Amino acid sequence: MSISNNQILELEKIAQRIKIKIIKMLTVSGGGHAGGSMSAVEILTSLYFHEMKFNPKNHLDENRDRFILSKGHASPALYAVFSEIGFLTEDSLWTLHEIDGPLQMHPERGLCPGVEMSTGALGQGLSAGIGMALGARIRGKDFRVYVLIGDGEMDEGQIWEAAMSASKFKLDNLTTIIDYNKFSLTSSTTETMPLEPLADKWKSFGWNVLEINGHKIPEILEALQQAKEVKGKPTIIIANTFKGHNIPSFENTAASHSVSFTLDQVRETLKGLGCDETEINTTITKMK
Amino acid sequence: MLNGMAPRDVIGNIFIDMAKKNPDIVLVDADFGTASKIFDFKKHFPDRFIQVGIAEQNMMGIAAGLSTVGLIPFVSTVAVFCSRRACDQVTISIALSHTNVKILGVYAGLFVGKNGASHQSLEDISIMRALPNMVVLQPADAIETEQMLHFAAEYIGPMYIRIGRDPIKSYLPPDYKFQLGKSVTIKEGKDLTIFTYGDLVEETMKAAGLLSEDGIEARVINMSSIKPIDEEAIVKAAKETGTIVTIDNHNIYGGLGSAVAEVVTEKYPVKVKRIGVKDVFGKTGSNDEMKKYFGLRAIDMRNDILTFLKKS
Repeated sequence: MSISNNQILELEKIAQRIKIKIIKMLTVSGGGHAGGSMSAVEILTSLYFHEMKFNPKNHLDENRDRFILSKGHASPALYAVFSEIGFLTEDSLWTLHEIDGPLQMHPERGLCPGVEMSTGALGQGLSAGIGMALGARIRGKDFRVYVLIGDGEMDEGQIWEAAMSASKFKLDNLTTIIDYNKFSLTSSTTETMPLEPLADKWKSFGWNVLEINGHKIPEILEALQQAKEVKGKPTIIIANTFKGHNIPSFENTAASHSVSFTLDQVRETLKGLGCDETEINTTITKMK
Repeated sequence: MLNGMAPRDVIGNIFIDMAKKNPDIVLVDADFGTASKIFDFKKHFPDRFIQVGIAEQNMMGIAAGLSTVGLIPFVSTVAVFCSRRACDQVTISIALSHTNVKILGVYAGLFVGKNGASHQSLEDISIMRALPNMVVLQPADAIETEQMLHFAAEYIGPMYIRIGRDPIKSYLPPDYKFQLGKSVTIKEGKDLTIFTYGDLVEETMKAAGLLSEDGIEARVINMSSIKPIDEEAIVKAAKETGTIVTIDNHNIYGGLGSAVAEVVTEKYPVKVKRIGVKDVFGKTGSNDEMKKYFGLRAIDMRNDILTFLKKS
């Protein structure tokens, strides 16, 4: 794959900026879904800043690649990406979770530019992605469809209805990524509902299965490239991640799922992400 | 000739005709196409017939996705599985997402062959009516079915259409044309108004005939547009005839009776009698057995109405 080290470094910088924005948004808004947002940042960065084709000036361009955040609670990560692309202004990020704003707790189609499908009720995004991929085939379009699902989300039966059907329809224009951060709301996925052997499950449903480190951008890009080269079946990328990645007090815990940060936690996290004192204090003064 | 046919027997051919002219129309089936009589569509348009298997939740999501590409997906299966089974998918992927999906709930209400409670949708109107953005319709006969499907293809937004299983005699005026949010008077009367829809129109008209013999002239109105509802016709009926009666092939909680009563209580309070399934589950039986069991024969309606009028 022809991607230079400089390009990788650039993507890593973007991912860093997105992580900072997520922490700032959740600080200003008074809290929210930190853990599953932070685990998905490198995946979203790789998709929106390298893999996907779209027009930043027209989020409804009919030939655009589609992305569905099926794990809708990770919306802060998506909104932060949208602000980097230009679908949202940076100022609008500070309206996160405001009652009449576009940035609802879970993404809403029609309310926030770039949101392809309302999600939040887990298990539903993959089916919609299958519909889009089928629609591309019926329409003779060559856009691709990307769906990010959570690991806890795979407890939902609809995921497996969808898994069976994507394979039946031989949707090689569909790439699904699992943000496998190993935790749901209450506990580890092993304790809540064991998912393993996960790769074998998806293989047995007829999918091309790839397994990667979901925080290593070169691995993500490589897997996305491989997915495009496989014909006649959909691809699932099992991206091993850490829930609450880069939040020192919460990394790799179920407790990171929904967080109201203390001031110390804000300082510690933003400092770790490379923010200086002024930037940190500016964020804190915006807290609602 | 559509007159006297069952809505579910005609939808397949209507879709084939529509799809010949409109390349955007696609059908999504959850292994019910032979019963809902849409299976021939597959022969004509194999690429536009999507079989998802017995997976109604996935079906709703796939339809939502298809619609975002500019297609017009009509999904259909047993009404009860469109509503109860896939309720959250209809809510989030269709109503909240405002996707252009048309849901056909076939075998709506009590009359589902001898399939019993698990297959009888007596709460689907209530579920669908409570979803913002959702339109809820049921045609009174095969002719209105055709008009409604053409309308559905033109209308942009989520829609739920109940489709009856068995033949219905047509009572609509020859020049009738379906309009969203509009009702049609199919019998004039001054003493009370009966609001009805779907496959109980025939029994309702027979009941109105029996009432005529008793010297009571009932106005009968077909309310095929259950949401949005024809508020004007309801208020007019309340003012002109006083007493209102509703007929539901559905639980009396949340069906047309509830919808009419909501308007009456807010706009022009008069007494409302709701006739329908009285908060019990369905039963296995023939249509005639069920009409008798649930008090939905013309004679039962007439007796209920006479008792109600005496008490009023």
